[in-house]
Amino acid sequence: MADGKLHFHVPEPEVRPGGTPDFSAVPIPKAGSVPRPPIDVDPREIRDLAFSIIRVLNRTGEAVGPWAGLLSDEELLQGLRHMMTLRAFDARMQMAQRQGKTSFYMQHLGEEAVACAFRKALSPGDMNFPTYRQAGLLIADDYPMVTMMNQIYSNEADPLKGRQLPIMYSSKEHGFFSISGNLATQYIQAVGWAMASAISGDTKIAAGWIGDGSTAESDFHSALVFASTYKAPVILNVVNNQWAISTFQGIARGGSGTFAARGLGFGIPALRVDGNDYLAVHAVAKWAVARARANLGPTLIEYVTYRAGAHSTSDDPSAYRPKAESDAWPLGDPVIRLKNHLILRGAWSGERHEQAEAEILDTVIAAQKQAETHGTLHSGNKPSTRDMFEGVYETMPQHIRRQRQQAGV
Amino acid sequence: MPRRTMIEAIRDAMDVSMGLDERVVVFGEDVGFFGGVFRCTQGLQAKYGKTRCFDSPISESGIVGAAIGMAAYGLRPCVEVQFADYVYPAYDQIVSEAARLRYRSNGDFTCPLVVRMPTGGGIFGGQTHSQSPEALFTHVSGLKVVVPSNPHDAKGLLIAAIEDPDPVIFLEPKRLYNGPFDGHHDRPVTPWSKHELGEVPDGHFSTPLGKAATRRDGGALTVLAYGTMVYVAEAAVQETGIDADIIDLRTLLPLDLDAVVASVKKTGRCVVVHEATLTSGFGAELAALVQEHCFYHLEAPVARVAGWDTPYPHAQEWDYFPGPARVGRALVETMEA
Repeated sequence: MADGKLHFHVPEPEVRPGGTPDFSAVPIPKAGSVPRPPIDVDPREIRDLAFSIIRVLNRTGEAVGPWAGLLSDEELLQGLRHMMTLRAFDARMQMAQRQGKTSFYMQHLGEEAVACAFRKALSPGDMNFPTYRQAGLLIADDYPMVTMMNQIYSNEADPLKGRQLPIMYSSKEHGFFSISGNLATQYIQAVGWAMASAISGDTKIAAGWIGDGSTAESDFHSALVFASTYKAPVILNVVNNQWAISTFQGIARGGSGTFAARGLGFGIPALRVDGNDYLAVHAVAKWAVARARANLGPTLIEYVTYRAGAHSTSDDPSAYRPKAESDAWPLGDPVIRLKNHLILRGAWSGERHEQAEAEILDTVIAAQKQAETHGTLHSGNKPSTRDMFEGVYETMPQHIRRQRQQAGV
Repeated sequence: MPRRTMIEAIRDAMDVSMGLDERVVVFGEDVGFFGGVFRCTQGLQAKYGKTRCFDSPISESGIVGAAIGMAAYGLRPCVEVQFADYVYPAYDQIVSEAARLRYRSNGDFTCPLVVRMPTGGGIFGGQTHSQSPEALFTHVSGLKVVVPSNPHDAKGLLIAAIEDPDPVIFLEPKRLYNGPFDGHHDRPVTPWSKHELGEVPDGHFSTPLGKAATRRDGGALTVLAYGTMVYVAEAAVQETGIDADIIDLRTLLPLDLDAVVASVKKTGRCVVVHEATLTSGFGAELAALVQEHCFYHLEAPVARVAGWDTPYPHAQEWDYFPGPARVGRALVETMEA
């Protein structure tokens, strides 16, 4: 407009509730079309990879192109089982929250491939610094579901003694750093952990996790600066699920083409990958892991996915996006895509899938029943009030001891 | 026994710690090759190499955030924030992350981290090089907060802080780096080489966290002070001739309440002194504790002398700073009350 006045710009998503979902503006490259560079490639030569999408599974379910062929039938079946387990786990825990058995829950619907496939690219001893939507890291590492549920219920068997909001798990043994609940703070900690591993001459690497929305936090910037400066053996994961609660990804992304492109200014190789494609996620993660392990430094990976469910049990997406939007998402559903691929490979069938679904549901329900014998948030046994005062410091100082006495415990 | 400035004592503490424990790493802005703007890390990179002592980008949240990750890995980072006034970008990392990691993970992960930072005024540093933010940290459960007042304690407390299993905020009163400044800005400062607390043993020793020290034994009144204000209080006591107990708190969190209570019960009068702004300052906590624990022994209201509730000014530095005249007036008023 040429009226001489300045105009203030606020980005808007393409469609709001009531409108027809439209992802035609999201370019989806053909599966297999993006090259697989050597791990020691000069980042300047692969700038295109920050603007494309690495995909392995095509529309008919075949694995194609240079990123395909890394996983056996058995590994893929295991991956499918992990994603199905996570989905069943989510459904049960979502329901448990609705039944008043806990205060809060966050599900992964539509994003199961990201953490499940990534976990299988790591080695024992590596450390993830997850957000609240990477429980797939635990499921895929065979962390006991009962323990997860005990944490969700804040019951007497909760390993965190009822101190943390549901799903803020912690397991050093399973390479899962304690979730803060504050966003982005742990991205730079992942870099620091990786720096420490390099300082110590170790072989372990770290992985930081962040969502599209919280890349806007300054900790994202400091993480990229430190990772770039010290060539830290870290993988910087950005899960772009299109929505930060009610805020579409354009508010955090601004004028830059993609979140992956943020890495380019730091000289960090940056790749975009189809986050709903188990094989693509795993292949790209493997590539980044190999780089980190070989002292080639950090890699930034943007997983293009879609949050099919609500942000949390406290959120109602119908207030800010069309209800049918998730059905219109052009990258499909990660479970169905891997299922179809396995059927095409002759390693799976619709019948076996249904059978597996039933088995998994039984396993999850059995775990839930076991967890509930230890109590739920509002009934049964729970961590003691005395526990509340423990563990602030290694040794309890006098003032906390006095307060515990005042509390009568 | 060797005499050291506070800078040399702090450097020696890191040197000794790095020599004994290869998990100790030191970094921050200008900390590596140059040795820090106050020279506290001078020579450490040359001695221990770039992987143990290095320069960081200008990013306090990055310095502390990375250090938390390192501590969780199993190192013992001792990082420098160039001035306490610059710590605020790292505040979220300190409060939400370092302080709570042990608690929220039930000990699965811990954060043995030291964040060193020069604090306080008296150097014409204006509002961005003079602040005393200790109360912003004493309000946070999970942190320890230490303010040394002399080279001997600075070394012993810093070694204890580095060896502590929990995060420690280590505030170094920069006006004390070269001598026990007593607030008489128009007089030369005695160098540490001429002060008995400038005597700092070589090698490893530690001064326990959470223990106060009595700097002057007296029966008439208790002065609770820390950092620079210990010497301001000494000057005020000398100039007023009041026979005061002067307690140097040394660690604010956890506080040595026993020492505070014993002294106030003995004297029946208490003046709390700090350089930080008055309102919601650490003096408020001290005054409340004295009231709770010593009320029936008190002969007078607890007085507070602190920085005025304004940003730290430049030209008016000595009108702002709670010097010996202001402290002395409070001592006299408390004796007369």
